[in-house]
Amino acid sequence: MSGRHGIRKSRWLPVYVSAYLVFLYLPILLLPIFSFNNAASTTFPLAGFTTKWYASLWGNAAMLAAARNSLIVGICVSILSTGLAICAARAVTRYKFRGQRAATGLLMAPLFLPEIIVAVSLLMIVLQLGLELSLVTVILGQTVFCLPYALSVLISGFDGFDRSLEEASLDLGETAIGTFRRVTLPVVAPAIISSLLVSFTISLDEFILAFFLSGTEPTLPVYIWGQLRFAAKLPSVLALGSLMIALSILLVATAEILRRRAENRLKAGAAAHG
Amino acid sequence: MSRHRAARVALMVALPGAIGVESKPPLAGSRRWAASDEAKGLTLISPTLLYALALLFLPVLIVIAYSFWSQDYLTIDRSFTLENYRVALTEPIYRDLLWRSLTISLAVSLITVTFSYPVAWFISFHGGVHKNLWLFLITVPCWTSYLLRVMSWKVILGYQGVLNTGLMSTGLIDQPVTTLLYNSNAVIITLVHSWAAFAILPIYVSLEKIDRSLIEAAHDLGDNKVWSFLRVTLPLSLPGVISAFLIVMIPTVGDYVTPKLVGGKDGVMIATAIQAQFGKGANWPLGAALSVTTMVIVSAMAGCMVLALKLFVRRIK
Repeated sequence: MSGRHGIRKSRWLPVYVSAYLVFLYLPILLLPIFSFNNAASTTFPLAGFTTKWYASLWGNAAMLAAARNSLIVGICVSILSTGLAICAARAVTRYKFRGQRAATGLLMAPLFLPEIIVAVSLLMIVLQLGLELSLVTVILGQTVFCLPYALSVLISGFDGFDRSLEEASLDLGETAIGTFRRVTLPVVAPAIISSLLVSFTISLDEFILAFFLSGTEPTLPVYIWGQLRFAAKLPSVLALGSLMIALSILLVATAEILRRRAENRLKAGAAAHG
Repeated sequence: MSRHRAARVALMVALPGAIGVESKPPLAGSRRWAASDEAKGLTLISPTLLYALALLFLPVLIVIAYSFWSQDYLTIDRSFTLENYRVALTEPIYRDLLWRSLTISLAVSLITVTFSYPVAWFISFHGGVHKNLWLFLITVPCWTSYLLRVMSWKVILGYQGVLNTGLMSTGLIDQPVTTLLYNSNAVIITLVHSWAAFAILPIYVSLEKIDRSLIEAAHDLGDNKVWSFLRVTLPLSLPGVISAFLIVMIPTVGDYVTPKLVGGKDGVMIATAIQAQFGKGANWPLGAALSVTTMVIVSAMAGCMVLALKLFVRRIK
């Protein structure tokens, strides 16, 4: 690389980047380390290896209930927000209409509002209407919050879509449904899948909205929040956290591998059509 | 806030467009087409729009309305008053909380952007074939639970924490240091860690867009490394820097978890006060006024930055 574009590789920069990565990863690596530590406190030196904190998770009914709640909320939120975002992304990328900017602005607004304000405003309206706080209110709230992410993933996915492909398919006598299934869907599927995954992961980790809107049915983060007040519970929370970290890294890595495969397929296809 | 994910990558690409730094090419089409397009587009987007209007726009309007009302024990008095805003802006407790939230979030944004720029630069210019791998490595921590990452800092900075016990075992200190946790600095360190990747991505995207021949030209014209960076690379990457700044600043102002877990008494921020007004001993109108004030200040700051960026972009064009 040296000499190209007058950009010489400096010696200190790789060192700096490595230090930065250590700063990023160290706090995350500490959790699994202490989750196997045979002591209730998180201090060095370590007190020996144990798996008892993991074992203690199994019989924990409250935690399993919270995990189930999180799963239900995550699945509903990802389907709802992706469905709503598909409509909007298709409308924005395919048609030009008045008020398009304002509409996109409104849908993107949650990004430009501190989350606590979104949570408080939803709480007020729910209580104002005399509704009960439940998983339903969490789902409704988190969907608003996930829309901007789902929308941006889908808009960038739909943007490169060549409409002449659809037209050609229709001209060649394919029905509208057939065209959608054989032409449109394969092109937009990766974007839809990533939108689902992204919304699910955001929902799984979302705390503030769930904290305000869940009432008596905690999601996992709300359950963890409740446990953090008790020092004695810390190691089992760390064990749970380590499992969650492993799971989310697995999910992200899978999504990344799938994305790359799709990318390579597209490249290969483009090369073949050269 | 759980925002902190690779999803933002797509967002970063979209954001400069969203804040109007770039312009979209106009679509051509006959008038009749436009009319039917208009109808189709509006029909298609209407469910999503209605959802957002009902669950975002309307609730925020209600918060704004409440902020001008007052509360007497349990009944809401709907006569217009500015009392809540007077309290929010002049009562020492709320004024200080607002001020602290702002200074903390500005400090966090500044530190995060400054420390992340070299990393983004390194990936963009020296990432070579492994660019995607680098980006993946940077974003992985963001996919782990936000609560647990904050918790982890508590474990590191605590009185009996990793840092103290580690330093004592090396003999550098003989007493645990009590100034690490439960203050504004702990809040800043934790927030910088939470938002690091979000600052890297938009800066990286803007650096990727820079035409490398411009840098070469600056170099050929006799600029050394530092000058070509200051005169070409940095100005051209400013949209990414501003996006990064806003992406960090907006959520951190209202952060609830971090000040609660690692802030202690001296690190309390406005979100805690807002939450208190909606919990026990509730005063909804005051809570609403605090929310609106926070919203207005954040929007004003973000607006000023975007405006400054636009003026700057126009000037260099």
